[in-house]
Amino acid sequence: MLNYIFRRLLIVLPSLLGISIVLFTVLALAPGDPFEELATNPNVPAEVRMLLRQQFGLDDPVWQRYLRWLTSMLRGDWGFSFQSRVNVDQLILQRLPTTIVVIGLSQLLAILIALPVGVLAAVKPYSWFDRIASTLAFIGFSLPTFFTGIVFILFFSIYLGWFPFVYRSDISSTGWQFFWDHFKQSIMPITVLGLAQAASMMRYVRSSVLDVVRLDYVTTARSKGLNERAVITKHVVRNALIPVVTLVALQMPAVFGGAIVTEQIFRVPGIGSLLIDAILRNDTPVIMAVTFVLSCLVIFFNLLADIIYGWLDPRISYG
Amino acid sequence: MADDLIVDPDIAPQRVADSGMLGPGPEPQLGKAIASISPWQEAWRRFKRHRLAYWSLWVLGFMVLAVLLGPLFYKVGINEVDFQSRLAGPSLKHPMGTDDLGRDILARVLYGGRISLAVGMAAMLMAISVGVLIGAVAGMARGWVDAVLMWVTDLFLSLPQLPLLLLLIFLFREPLKQAFGLELGIFILIVTVIGGFRWMPVARLVRAQFFSLREKEFVEAARALGASTPRQVVRHILPNSLGPVIVAATIDVAAAIIAESTLSFLGLGFPPDIPTWGRILYDGRDYMDLAVHWAMFPGLAIFLTVLTINFIGDGLRDALDPRRVL
Amino acid sequence: MPLLDIRGLKTHFKTDDGWLHAVDGVDIAIEAGQTVSVVGESGCGKSVTAKTVLKLIDMPPGKIVAGQVLWQGRDLVPLGPQEMQKIRAKEIAIIFQEPMTSLNPVFTIGEQIAESVRLHEGLSKKAALDRAVEMLKLVNIPTPQRRVNDYPHQFSGGMRQRVMIAIALACNPKLVIADEPTTALDVTIQAQILELLQSLKDRFGMAVMLITHAMGVVAEVAQRVVVMYAGKVVEEAPVGELFARPLHPYTQGLIRSIPRLDTAAIHKVRLEAIPGTVPKLIEPAEGCRFAGRCKYVAPACRTATPPLLEVNPGHKVACILHPAAT
Repeated sequence: MLNYIFRRLLIVLPSLLGISIVLFTVLALAPGDPFEELATNPNVPAEVRMLLRQQFGLDDPVWQRYLRWLTSMLRGDWGFSFQSRVNVDQLILQRLPTTIVVIGLSQLLAILIALPVGVLAAVKPYSWFDRIASTLAFIGFSLPTFFTGIVFILFFSIYLGWFPFVYRSDISSTGWQFFWDHFKQSIMPITVLGLAQAASMMRYVRSSVLDVVRLDYVTTARSKGLNERAVITKHVVRNALIPVVTLVALQMPAVFGGAIVTEQIFRVPGIGSLLIDAILRNDTPVIMAVTFVLSCLVIFFNLLADIIYGWLDPRISYG
Repeated sequence: MADDLIVDPDIAPQRVADSGMLGPGPEPQLGKAIASISPWQEAWRRFKRHRLAYWSLWVLGFMVLAVLLGPLFYKVGINEVDFQSRLAGPSLKHPMGTDDLGRDILARVLYGGRISLAVGMAAMLMAISVGVLIGAVAGMARGWVDAVLMWVTDLFLSLPQLPLLLLLIFLFREPLKQAFGLELGIFILIVTVIGGFRWMPVARLVRAQFFSLREKEFVEAARALGASTPRQVVRHILPNSLGPVIVAATIDVAAAIIAESTLSFLGLGFPPDIPTWGRILYDGRDYMDLAVHWAMFPGLAIFLTVLTINFIGDGLRDALDPRRVL
Repeated sequence: MPLLDIRGLKTHFKTDDGWLHAVDGVDIAIEAGQTVSVVGESGCGKSVTAKTVLKLIDMPPGKIVAGQVLWQGRDLVPLGPQEMQKIRAKEIAIIFQEPMTSLNPVFTIGEQIAESVRLHEGLSKKAALDRAVEMLKLVNIPTPQRRVNDYPHQFSGGMRQRVMIAIALACNPKLVIADEPTTALDVTIQAQILELLQSLKDRFGMAVMLITHAMGVVAEVAQRVVVMYAGKVVEEAPVGELFARPLHPYTQGLIRSIPRLDTAAIHKVRLEAIPGTVPKLIEPAEGCRFAGRCKYVAPACRTATPPLLEVNPGHKVACILHPAAT
């Protein structure tokens, strides 16, 4: 098992490197001067701009700039945001937890919904439950998250007035009220993301269970005299989960995308909205760092999925 | 014995219950005669059994026709300003209402539909072409070529799509606008960027198909008859890998439409004056309490299009994958 | 009273093209401690018969249309799932054909053997595991103490089949149905498994219903033989009688198609194959199902299905060539 994890880690490093190269190349190839923005800023005199250009080595060849950027990233020096005049790593650290919490809770919600519904639907395929659940799933992942988000705001905030639709990170209440206030403002983005994820996850679970239920060892389990419930929960689900885990991990890039959109709609101060702001304001160090962090997160989740997969499937760990 | 080598000419690819009870070939004097039908007819029959997919085909067809031919009949301009009826709800004059400048939303939605469909189809074609090419090369060449291509594929798969999408569009918007003109430039950019992130699953699919089909007897037979590699690929392997690729292509169109709307919604899609569905929604979202129709109609348009495409894709999956539990 | 008495069993499957008559009126009786072998080619309904006894068929699309399955006098057909669960593994156990896929890959084999023991005998986890080790010893798996914690993928095909036998015998059933237990194994391993089954039978005295299409195996282990063709029983006799005087043309063909090393050098007899193929069983017409391939076929064969009649003591045949003993 440790061997397996170690091998997985070895693959991770070149991937991270590859991604950083891709990102850097993209930014380097792009026309436009990251300092254009500063040029219009009256507070920054021309000499300082020249100095900054030198400092950031913008006139050096690409590969030099890349190596410099890479080494400084590794050293923990993530640069300085042009816009907010704050260290980029601070900026990211401020906002990353919010995003992680929202994504994490939405995934949890998705699993809590998708797993039982998917299994029940697959156990009785084409029954009314399955038809309704599957149709709802299709509707779920055909709805763009921005549309669902807007509808939620319309319904729950404006019409019903239950939840606020602007997120505030500076809630002054304490104790239970603090949690309750946080809950009220995060429940909508979490639900929007979670439901969209649950929709596609449910389809995966259903399809995986359908595949497993036809296999020989399930008949063997039945021939032992186990009741159907035990056959499904013990023998089928454990095996069906294995491919689902991989699929969920592969969906992570899309989930982050969805998070970006929900952060925009609900104005959640996470790294998604940070990225968009940075893009619109040409804040290169922030863009690089955030994109890199997001890539790392994706890779991290892939690694996590591999590990869980290895844990679930003894053929991998006891290979 | 010579008997063993006679191939029964009546062998038809029937799909009956998985009980393995079927013998090849009908015996005319015993049992019910079963007509043989071509694989395409069989696929169509199976597709029709998926009622949601079948109806979606009609609904989508209607929507496509409406979008393509609508402007011929409905001659309201997309930029016709009419302050007097601003933020009006749906009426006979304006079936989908008007926005804050009094522009007719139906006309704008029809126009946006053309763009969404064009983007969807073009991005899908790009994703499929690149994916099939890479998957085929990896599947046929194997060895280190395959390893490299797969590493690249995995790399692309790990890239966070939306952030990079946003980044690329933001960075390359200007130069492409200058090179190809406003609309075409953005169109090319969006299509390339969206398609560029969807080829990976197709490549994997095709590669997997190639791996399994490559070793199948009929390909070996072709090889033994002297067929060159390209010929093997084009005539034998590719046609048999089409099934999952077609399904993937359908899903790609839906995904591309959503991606384009998302970009428009975030303000990074087509220029603001072009009424793509995402853009109309973006414009209308601040008026939800006053004029909900403004955001609803384009939202519903996106939703219906994507939903019908997804159902069709599911129906195609049932129709084309012979192992499907029906 | 026979231990297991299958009377007039009909199991049909609903398909797109009509009802498939997989098992169409089968009678098999097994006495306590007896080994009855059910033979026939692929698709004749022997596996379906076996699975119907324990109701392991998917119902839908399967359905027990008629007949009784009397277990110690009690009809199993109308029983509900809970009652069937008490019978499975405890009274009647089954061993399947494919050892490579019949074991759950994520549980240790110890757990899988212990599972039925805990279920039917309520033993504690530790006691059940001890029993599992005992069973592994019984089926001649070396170092059972260690192996009991291994996973199925760490065993070879032959070993996995032994594990399946261990699971089947764990609760000391009165009848073991072995559905082509050696078909998927190498020839040398086949012999070992058969020997094992035989020795276990000698030791525990359970009845065995051995399903196979290999006549050689039948000659080795069976006491009575039931020959099935196209969903029906065509002949039934004690094993010696069947091989000495096969009466049904199909049985004759089966026996004559066994390659014989001992006489081949002397007689140079041509290996006989039975021409033609198994008929389709979708809503079959009246008439003997073997008519299309029989060299003695007469017009009367196609008009009415011949009934299974006792022509000699203990020897039954369904063929108009052999009328009942007077």
